[in-house]
Amino acid sequence: MNELVDLRPRPSWRTKKNNIMLGVLGLAVLVVALPLLMIVWAVVSRGAGVVFHDFPKFFTETIPVVSRRAGPGMGPAILGTLLSTGGATLIAVPLGILGAIYLNEYDSSSKFAKIVRFMTMVMTGVPSIVMGLFIYITWTIHFGYSAFGGALALACLMLPVVIGSTEQMLRLVPNQLREAAFALGATRSRVVLTVVLPAALPGIVSGALLAIARAAGETAPLLFAVGAATAYNPNLFEGANTALSVQIFGNATSSFVAAQDRAWGAALTLVLLTFIVTLTARLFTARLAAKG
Amino acid sequence: MVLLVLGMIALVMTNRAGPVFKAMGFDFLTTTRWSPADALYGALPFLWGTLYTSLIAIAIALPVSLGVAMFVTQVAPMKWRRPLIYVLDLLAVIPSVVFGLWGILVLGPHLGRSFLTAGIILAIMITPIITSLSREVIETTPKGEKEAALALGATHWEMIWGAVWPHSKGGVVGAVMLGLGRAMGETIAAALVIGSALGQITVNIMAPGNSMPAVIANEWGEADALHKSALIALAVVLFVITIAVNLVATSIVRRSMARNRGKSS
Repeated sequence: MNELVDLRPRPSWRTKKNNIMLGVLGLAVLVVALPLLMIVWAVVSRGAGVVFHDFPKFFTETIPVVSRRAGPGMGPAILGTLLSTGGATLIAVPLGILGAIYLNEYDSSSKFAKIVRFMTMVMTGVPSIVMGLFIYITWTIHFGYSAFGGALALACLMLPVVIGSTEQMLRLVPNQLREAAFALGATRSRVVLTVVLPAALPGIVSGALLAIARAAGETAPLLFAVGAATAYNPNLFEGANTALSVQIFGNATSSFVAAQDRAWGAALTLVLLTFIVTLTARLFTARLAAKG
Repeated sequence: MVLLVLGMIALVMTNRAGPVFKAMGFDFLTTTRWSPADALYGALPFLWGTLYTSLIAIAIALPVSLGVAMFVTQVAPMKWRRPLIYVLDLLAVIPSVVFGLWGILVLGPHLGRSFLTAGIILAIMITPIITSLSREVIETTPKGEKEAALALGATHWEMIWGAVWPHSKGGVVGAVMLGLGRAMGETIAAALVIGSALGQITVNIMAPGNSMPAVIANEWGEADALHKSALIALAVVLFVITIAVNLVATSIVRRSMARNRGKSS
């Protein structure tokens, strides 16, 4: 006799709307993931064949002068990328860290520091091609193509990034540490060197590495400053050099399949390079988090 | 050091661009004929191309990256959040040439070289940036207000719409403008897919066009003295625009974050 009645609340329109909208948000993740996965897949699938075809020739041979000829060779470009990125690192990282230490530890609230901080932020937004032209005008016109010109341009791009990330890391160091050191009678430079820097080091390193990864992938500034050589040029200061990114740009517009293949190969190499650097940076950050 | 470099950029570039400004005057920015052979340099089409592709990119990237940012910070299970953020940040370091390469060799055959293709590529490139900036702003939403919304019986979505969004609106606008600055300055990917058409001002998104950085990258190789000066002048214009956009953007982001912090304490 007793009929079963479903007393559970019916899903209201609010619940439905909730589910729909949360679904839309999830969908956005898919929309982003799809093209990015496609790109990674394209680079890996089309690059791997080229890179590992005659392993390790792709990494060591020189670039064919006649671009329609098939065959390996990105060695000079790899060397060029390492040279100009390395040079940029040597210029921008020490300068950037010193600048950030000055801003945060010595002169954190003066008018001058505020202006510099502001300008750093502005400089972060300068398009890389503008930087490239700037270096072309001030350096390349006078001294000719060289990896060092590329290094200068990349350094200009890295500097504000390094300053910004280092300052952020220094700000995370608890003030009590500084006060404790001062209370023990340490001078300011001693406090910075033995207390603040060691505490912030992993963060600073990871920030610098991220800046390096970004710089390694830059193309526009190198286009004007480095040139497009096809042979090895281990000399940082003299002679036209080349870089992976420049080679990709040049070969991508080519109508020859062989050149396009080389572009994919170079792209895979470059992506691997930047990922390795980025992952190293993440490891440092993870260590920092574990310590803190 | 920073001051020095910035000042030098402004000075040296303007100085180098002098000849073309002298030759063309304001016509440089208002006429549409770009013909190095006749020493005519009207940069309006490129100005248009830069703005148009960037706007297309923003129109595509904004809703998507906002959705992702909300999903990652508010919806995704705690366990997933870290890896998701991790992957997004990793994508932000993929070099722009690689996007360009994909654009020209994979997307290009289907869509042709056009404003749309360039806009899509730029959108894919700036999505990680907008996402991570909006994520940071969204995370400053006071926890108390979210809990209050839920305690009043709001559904998950109503909590996001009523408590989180009002707090992050300003910051998201700023993030979008930073993305816009990025998209306008992006050279290589755009240079590869935009199609290098001269003198076109059209709203047809399938038409090939050109943007300022792309012109500089593509024409630099065969440029003579006045032509080079014109390209440098383009760079000066680009420099001024991106800096203006960035200034506005950073001040918006800062103000909105500061406001949230003020409220939560």
